[in-house]
Amino acid sequence: MTRRGVTRNLDIVIAGASLERVPEFLTDERKSGRTPGMTEPAVGEKRILARADFPIFLGALRDLGYRVVGPTVRDGAIVYGPITRVEDLPIGWTERQDAGAYRLDRRSDGALFGYVVGPHSWKKYLFPAHERLWTASREGSRFAMAPEPVDGPSFAFLGVRACELASIAIQDRVFARAGDPGYAARRTRTLRIAVQCGQAGGTCFCASMGTGPAVGPSHDLALTEILTPQRHSFLVEVGSVAGARVLATVPLWPATAEDERAVERIVARTAASMGRRMDVSGIRDLLVNNPGHPRWELVGQRCLACTNCTMVCPTCFCQTTEEVPNLSGEKVERWRRWDSCFNSAFSELHGSPIRKSTSSRYRQWMTHKLATWHDQFDSSGCVGCGRCITWCPVGIDITEEVAAIRVAPATPRAAGDRT
Amino acid sequence: MPSTRPKLAVFKFASCDGCQLTLLDCEDELLALAGRIEIADFREASRRVVEGPFDLTLVEGSVTTPEDIPRLHEIRANSRVLVTIGACATAGGIQGLRNFADVAEYQRVVYAHPEYIRSLATSTPIQDHVPVDFELRGCPISRAQLLEVISAYLGGRSPNVPRESVCVECKRRGTVCVVVAHGTPCLGPVTQTGCGAICPSFHRGCYGCFGPQDTSNAPALSQKLVQLGMDSPSLARFYRTFNANAPAFRAASDAARPSPSPEGA
Ligand code: SF4
Ligand code: SF4
Ligand code: SF4
Ligand code: SF4
Repeated sequence: MTRRGVTRNLDIVIAGASLERVPEFLTDERKSGRTPGMTEPAVGEKRILARADFPIFLGALRDLGYRVVGPTVRDGAIVYGPITRVEDLPIGWTERQDAGAYRLDRRSDGALFGYVVGPHSWKKYLFPAHERLWTASREGSRFAMAPEPVDGPSFAFLGVRACELASIAIQDRVFARAGDPGYAARRTRTLRIAVQCGQAGGTCFCASMGTGPAVGPSHDLALTEILTPQRHSFLVEVGSVAGARVLATVPLWPATAEDERAVERIVARTAASMGRRMDVSGIRDLLVNNPGHPRWELVGQRCLACTNCTMVCPTCFCQTTEEVPNLSGEKVERWRRWDSCFNSAFSELHGSPIRKSTSSRYRQWMTHKLATWHDQFDSSGCVGCGRCITWCPVGIDITEEVAAIRVAPATPRAAGDRT
Repeated sequence: MPSTRPKLAVFKFASCDGCQLTLLDCEDELLALAGRIEIADFREASRRVVEGPFDLTLVEGSVTTPEDIPRLHEIRANSRVLVTIGACATAGGIQGLRNFADVAEYQRVVYAHPEYIRSLATSTPIQDHVPVDFELRGCPISRAQLLEVISAYLGGRSPNVPRESVCVECKRRGTVCVVVAHGTPCLGPVTQTGCGAICPSFHRGCYGCFGPQDTSNAPALSQKLVQLGMDSPSLARFYRTFNANAPAFRAASDAARPSPSPEGA
């Protein structure tokens, strides 16, 4: 079970190896005999963007004032960072992912998006790990409060996967309820350019969570990379007026029925190659009714209480706020930082944590994510991106933990058992 | 006229002075600090000494000689608030490695006249001998955390010094995990944060400078380290550095390579 994802991924890499590396000019849509258009498409329309014109697409984003951020190779992984040229993308790279293991790997082609998600998620831009909320200064016997300005760059997120669109939608609901002005301002300025995955990762299970791999309707633009020995281009679907505006100055070809069929085949292939799966039927009640299951104790013995799973999770929103005074006591700043339910201080009340044992923290995390999140935010808190599985140093696998509880649900125990 | 500012003293036991130097290193803040606190006894900085009792005493270093013990009790009696700084003072330091060895044997091997050496068989943290109000970890301590401790003392609040893992900060700063992506051993998951997760950002595993985090599961991490290919001696050495004597790390290294029994089994 644990090796399955990697093997499947390797299959794809090997299948790709039979494709010869295609010279750039051959991949140019201009050879297709069709003619490009330069008119702004309408919302809902589909067009073809040639790989050769991708730099023009990036330029159009820049010209509209967007700061483009997207996947890039750094320190042995694909992370999110500034994209100023098409070469900043992980061209020809892929990765192998399994529980507690991630390795970059070369593809045999020049795909721009031939990998899945890495350790970063878009939340680092929308909900930064460190954020100053306000500053207060002493003025005689009074003090003055200055909230942090909410202006900043307009980001274009390039390469948002289906599971990530779903996670952004989840955080939208969370932060809207909290009435967070900084999040709302950043989110409103952001353009989401989605990419439909051409392959699933070893720890992906979006198909189980109903979040992917097909991109849902909520995006500004959605790309699907079509890569054959004859051709390298993108089917672009327009999701919003803002997305359409970007395309006004980009050469685009009409999309044919065959193009759309090719995209369907790609998505179907991805859906069939999920590295993991999770049976979510009745999962809320399953977890809520099993607080005393012996599995929590077992996972608590393996878990490092290190917080990596929550930090990489694109929906986890827990935070701590702290006041940071200067030495003279004349000024104090309030900072917000990412926090985690795996930290003992997180549940500290009256000087001692409510959740002392690691098993109770793991139970809290998983039960919230998969069960009580439904009560709180009307959806699951998990989109099936697999990050918590890959980036757990000891490879604890949320899909395996659910399966273990499902196989032998224990008799419900008193809900008062908290440690 | 005597100063009304609270009096700060800094004392050292067995240590390298690096942690006291952190105080001198607070260049930008030293002036503001000197305005709010009187530096009464800090030999590393000034020969001028103002008599105790002291309001805030920082103690660096571990207890390694018989003379240390009465001196430490005297310092404690002379201090309203006593804060230990650094891995030596809070865990016994790198010299705590003697706790895993036969010190008398070392003395015979190293010194021409071992009879002149009067040293304890162990290196122990300050809190093993006197009550300590706050322990500031690290080898060396973090400048920001030291300022936080002093500023909290001046403000009459408890210091905001998290006890969580290095991974928390490692992830906040967006570093790619060296364990997962490179297979490099790292003590970050079992180590307390405070350094800013520096080593993983330079592709090195965490060395455990800040000692065990408050929910340290070293046995589970050790299993992973073995999977990454570490043999038992390397694993024991991994935990036996600056905080070798901290209980969680000590237990982990003992489990990897039990201390030789006196019978020499
Ligand atoms: S719980 Fe895990 S798989 Fe689910 S969204 Fe979070 S990181 Fe992804
Ligand atoms: S979980 Fe699905 S949408 Fe997300 S990266 Fe994997 S295949 Fe793509
Ligand atoms: S489940 Fe894994 S990543 Fe999460 S806290 Fe436990 S050991 Fe760390
Ligand atoms: S590199 Fe080390 S400190 Fe950073 S997340 Fe990985 S295990 Fe934790």
